[in-house]
Amino acid sequence: MAVATGPIDQRGIPTPGGGASAGAGGLIGPGLRILQRHLWVYRRTWRGSIFTSFLNPVLFMIAMGFGVGSLIGPGGGAGVVIPAGLTYLAFIAPGLMAGGAMQTATFESSFPISARIMWWRNYEAMLATPLRTWDLLVGEFGWIGFRLLTTATAFLIVMFIFGIPSGPLAILAIPAAMLTGFAFSPIMISIAARITGDPAATYSMIFRFVIMPLFLFSGTFFPIERLPEVLQVVAWVTPLYNGVALTRDLVLGLADPLISLAHLAILLVYASIGLYLARRNLYRRMVV
Amino acid sequence: MTSSFPGAAPETVDPAATENGSSAADPAASAADPASQGPGTASTDRAPGHAAAPSAARGPAPPSDDDALIRARGLTKRFGDFTAVDGVDFDVATGEAFGFLGPNGAGKTSTMRMIGCVSPVTEGSLRVLGLDPATDGARIRAQLGVVPQQDNLDTELTVLENLLIYARYFEVPRAEANRRAKELLEFVQLADRSDSQVEPLSGGMKRRLTIARALIADPTLVLLDEPTTGLDPQARHLLWERLYQLKRQGSTLVLTTHYMDEAEQLCDRLVVMDNAKIVAEGSPRQLIDEHVSKEVLELRFDDGVDVDAVIGGVDFGQLVERTEQRPDRILLYTADGEAAVERLHAAGVHPESSLIRRATLEDVFLRLTGRTLVD
Repeated sequence: MAVATGPIDQRGIPTPGGGASAGAGGLIGPGLRILQRHLWVYRRTWRGSIFTSFLNPVLFMIAMGFGVGSLIGPGGGAGVVIPAGLTYLAFIAPGLMAGGAMQTATFESSFPISARIMWWRNYEAMLATPLRTWDLLVGEFGWIGFRLLTTATAFLIVMFIFGIPSGPLAILAIPAAMLTGFAFSPIMISIAARITGDPAATYSMIFRFVIMPLFLFSGTFFPIERLPEVLQVVAWVTPLYNGVALTRDLVLGLADPLISLAHLAILLVYASIGLYLARRNLYRRMVV
Repeated sequence: MTSSFPGAAPETVDPAATENGSSAADPAASAADPASQGPGTASTDRAPGHAAAPSAARGPAPPSDDDALIRARGLTKRFGDFTAVDGVDFDVATGEAFGFLGPNGAGKTSTMRMIGCVSPVTEGSLRVLGLDPATDGARIRAQLGVVPQQDNLDTELTVLENLLIYARYFEVPRAEANRRAKELLEFVQLADRSDSQVEPLSGGMKRRLTIARALIADPTLVLLDEPTTGLDPQARHLLWERLYQLKRQGSTLVLTTHYMDEAEQLCDRLVVMDNAKIVAEGSPRQLIDEHVSKEVLELRFDDGVDVDAVIGGVDFGQLVERTEQRPDRILLYTADGEAAVERLHAAGVHPESSLIRRATLEDVFLRLTGRTLVD
């Protein structure tokens, strides 16, 4: 994650040893109070979230993997290039794990954030305490990290049940999927922090014209080698392609250290830029 | 608690009249005594650190350098080209109830947000609790209790959880938080609703919960932005009573309001704001004495009567200091309303109705700005 470099409390950033660290202080500590708040709410609402963020992708995986997969056959028929010896189910399962992480993270960074900024005004209430805008972000990322961790873990367990992962390194697919989510979440929060009108219109544009195409064309359902060459180049720099590729390589035991590091670096760049923008935009929005 | 608030009649509220009295002798404070027999009793010993409010001569005189909890000099807030607060000076002393009175858009909320360290100062200086909001925001906020204009309770949590999570934000230790939450729910008379969701609560209950929430970390300074706007009269009186209790315990209150009765009820000292500026300062009594007469005679005439001519034709001598024409009535500012009515009758003028009342802050505001507070 990017390091907070701004020197003063006004920017919502803790100053080392400065007065802004009164109370508990620190970079992470105060924000954990907001994570705690989210977990209190989750105690009551966890049942519903199981469907949207876990059961749906698993059902999708089964339908596509077995249903569509039976038409394709191992190794890919009809010119589809799937790495030799792989079933279609094994191919798309890690893709859906990363794609699901993107969707969970993006959703949690959209409407709920708008609600806390403008509808329920939770942030206003939180900022009337020693908490700072930076702490709000720590709390949100902690919460989104918790959601990503639980859904990715559950997804990996299902993959183990189907015998998809190739070895113990597959466990690293969990942080890989989480990082995929974090390549989107901060950017989405930075957008949410700027919306002053009706957020629904903006979000529906983003989901329809950004998230959905990424989900379909980032190597989730078929290798990007099937795309026209220009689009392949585009795919290389999109966060989801890198997240899907990293997660898949780790699950299937195909990871090449250098290539995986490249995927990792690109995801970190998105996360860092997003964090910078989210911090700046949320501060500008809340402290006026 | 449905009995009318003892201080409600304007005649009984006159904090400035006891300029040299102890705060306990303040009629306003003793008026709130009956309330302390209720569930609120438990919390009277709640804030020992605050009980040491200066008891002597806490009059309308501005605080000295030492005891100012808030000190603003040339405080200015601009949003682009719009100036919301235009170079205001004021001081708030420990233990006093200080008010910003003014119509909507006068700059009260912007001022409060700067004091609350959630809005950077554009120009001028501001010290809160002796610290600079620009660099010590979190440290200042740790000692503030804020009641915002618009409710922002956590609607996904229960009444009790709202207090407990707020205590966590302030890093109040868990056992302490549980104890205080229970006490405060008693204090604001919501103990029986502690496991309720927030949404079904009435407007008055939500406000009381917001006040309880603001007190969870035992603040040095309580900021209330239009605490009773939008409430029905009964809910307002209950709220005022609770705020009086706080005042009696020695809490320092800073509130904004556009209700002159609220300002008269609660404020030891206040500033009148209009168009981003402070136009007057003093205790409610001082402001009335300085800017308007003791009594006001309100007259209404039938349609078609040339009021100017009629009133102009009456010889009031020195009795009427000033007249003010309103759309539906004419106000005569006078030291003696009865005598003024006699003069009217002697001159053969018989208005449709006449009413003698004490002058209020509303009259002060009208005098200073030419406009009414609530349109």
